[in-house]
Amino acid sequence: MKNRWRVLENKIFVRWLSIAAITTMVLLLIFFITLLISSWPGIKANGFGFLWGKTWDPVANHFGMFPFLIGTLITSFLSLLISAPFSIAAALFLGEFYPKGLIPNIFRNVIELLAAIPSVVYGFWGLYTVAPLVSKLEMKMHMPAPGVGIFTASIVLSIMLIPYSVSLIRQVISMTPVALKEAAYALGSTRAEVITKVIIPSNISGISAGFLLSLGRALGETMAVTILIGNSPELPHNIFSPSYTMASVIANEFTEAVGDVYLSTLIEVGLLLFVVTTIINLIGRLIIKKVSY
Amino acid sequence: MKNSIVQSLALAGILAIGLSSCGSGGDKTTPNAANDADKQILGAGATFPYPLYSKMFSEYGKTSGIQTNYQSIGSGGGVKQIMNKTVDFGASDAFLSDADIKSMPAEVVEFPTCLGADVISYNLPGNPQLKMTPEIIAGIFLRNITKWNDKKIAAENPDAKLPDMDITVAHRTDGSGTTFIFTDYLSKISDDWKTKIGAGKSVNWPEGELGGKGNEGVAGMIKQTPGTVGYIELAYALQNSMSIASVKNAAGNYITPTIQSTSLCANGDIPADTRISITNSNVDQGYPISSFTWIILYKEQNYNNRSKDKATNLVKELWWMIHEGQAQTAPLNYAPIPPKAVAAAETILKSVTYGGQPVLQ
Repeated sequence: MKNRWRVLENKIFVRWLSIAAITTMVLLLIFFITLLISSWPGIKANGFGFLWGKTWDPVANHFGMFPFLIGTLITSFLSLLISAPFSIAAALFLGEFYPKGLIPNIFRNVIELLAAIPSVVYGFWGLYTVAPLVSKLEMKMHMPAPGVGIFTASIVLSIMLIPYSVSLIRQVISMTPVALKEAAYALGSTRAEVITKVIIPSNISGISAGFLLSLGRALGETMAVTILIGNSPELPHNIFSPSYTMASVIANEFTEAVGDVYLSTLIEVGLLLFVVTTIINLIGRLIIKKVSY
Repeated sequence: MKNSIVQSLALAGILAIGLSSCGSGGDKTTPNAANDADKQILGAGATFPYPLYSKMFSEYGKTSGIQTNYQSIGSGGGVKQIMNKTVDFGASDAFLSDADIKSMPAEVVEFPTCLGADVISYNLPGNPQLKMTPEIIAGIFLRNITKWNDKKIAAENPDAKLPDMDITVAHRTDGSGTTFIFTDYLSKISDDWKTKIGAGKSVNWPEGELGGKGNEGVAGMIKQTPGTVGYIELAYALQNSMSIASVKNAAGNYITPTIQSTSLCANGDIPADTRISITNSNVDQGYPISSFTWIILYKEQNYNNRSKDKATNLVKELWWMIHEGQAQTAPLNYAPIPPKAVAAAETILKSVTYGGQPVLQ
């Protein structure tokens, strides 16, 4: 009797899990289909030229999203590049050198707290603190010095990414098999060699996954970037130029967009952001597969 | 398993609370359920007048018992909601276009409730008080004038010390009535602007300009970087004591933007349907970059099974807004509508009917 109950209990549990998992997937699919349907008038009106068009003119209903795509990719990858050395260092510090103890615990919590700061706070902190510093730097380099632009947005974004990559990478690093490390020490490796030749290579897939997670976060970040990027839909001349991202143009213009084509064009931008994120994620997974043992 | 027990308990709890609140609500309201629904007014639209409207509605609610729920979802959303008849009134920073009016399911009327203005704010060393002509403003925002010591600026400001500094231009990047007022003004004073850029809530700005999110975003850019110029809402500029340029109006006078000069801008002739853009009006002492904000409602209020009481409550409240309610404008840095506009709005509200009979007797 008791045994049968346990079988039933197990069945319910598995059923519950699969329903939850399927629901998430179906939701994603419905989300995609809804985006596709609502953006259809825009897709029809804009055609394929939308992808590489460089003009964004809501007054004349003439739309091209190439500058937004470029702005999104540059800020995301640049912020990932800036945050990567810090993330790896912090993860090694917490995962390998000082995995336990009061101070590492405080460090870990502080880093994770970075994720809890609302992005609008990051945005205005960036505008009132980082942007003036960048502006001074630009003046020293004798270029236009608005302070806001790709560089400022990427710096602030990179700080926002750190908690995401650190928490994942720290975990995989701390789970490196002790036998592996001891074997390396036995062969006469220094600690630096153990880190660069054993810990990082053996965890490369986990580390890449951590970066992929934070890249997804960067692609979709809206508020902080909108405040800091300068919002000009032009192709940037250098990393200090103002730019614009896909998420920002949706946030900026959706509430007051009038006219069916305009509105559905903004939804089309959302659809394409979805597609871009998916493609980057797939490429990322492919790379992880290639590099991992 | 434990989790699912907790969940079902929580679910049961929520259900119980929901049921009990329904129950008690029902007990209280059964006798005058219809009456209570008639006292709930729902509106949606423009974000610009939101602080004023919420103050007005809370003041009016104190004396009349009418509860008004205003959702500041943006002008475009306000027009959509009234079109779908999901709200009692819509609010918009721009009057309805002819195409909008055609796509409405029934005849609508609209009237102004207050005025807002855009000011040109800047950050220059020494904080000089600048005067600007329409030509200078168009030149700066079209990027034809790129230096602060440009001859055109210097000619109008002989006393100001103008630095040899690049002009950085900042504009609102989020679609907004503020941008509409400004681009509408520029389209009227500059043919170049009208053909190249045009008027809209979001436009294709000339290359090399910065976009800030909201008044606070543009103000932040101006405050942070010397040499920056941008346009922001009058109310925001007054509250944050920013440097403001006086602007030469169509009558040829330099006007400092204030609540009074904004009201004066609208003190010309108002058409019967109040659909007028007053930017660049030639009123003697009016500040030219000003605009009304409108409320939209159906002319025939008997739709969707609405009661006559509800229609009466709505129109009475709107009537109050253009009379007693105007006292709320100045403390919140909005400009009250001038007498001619009040008269036009009165005529419009008197034309609202229920079953063919005027709602206001």
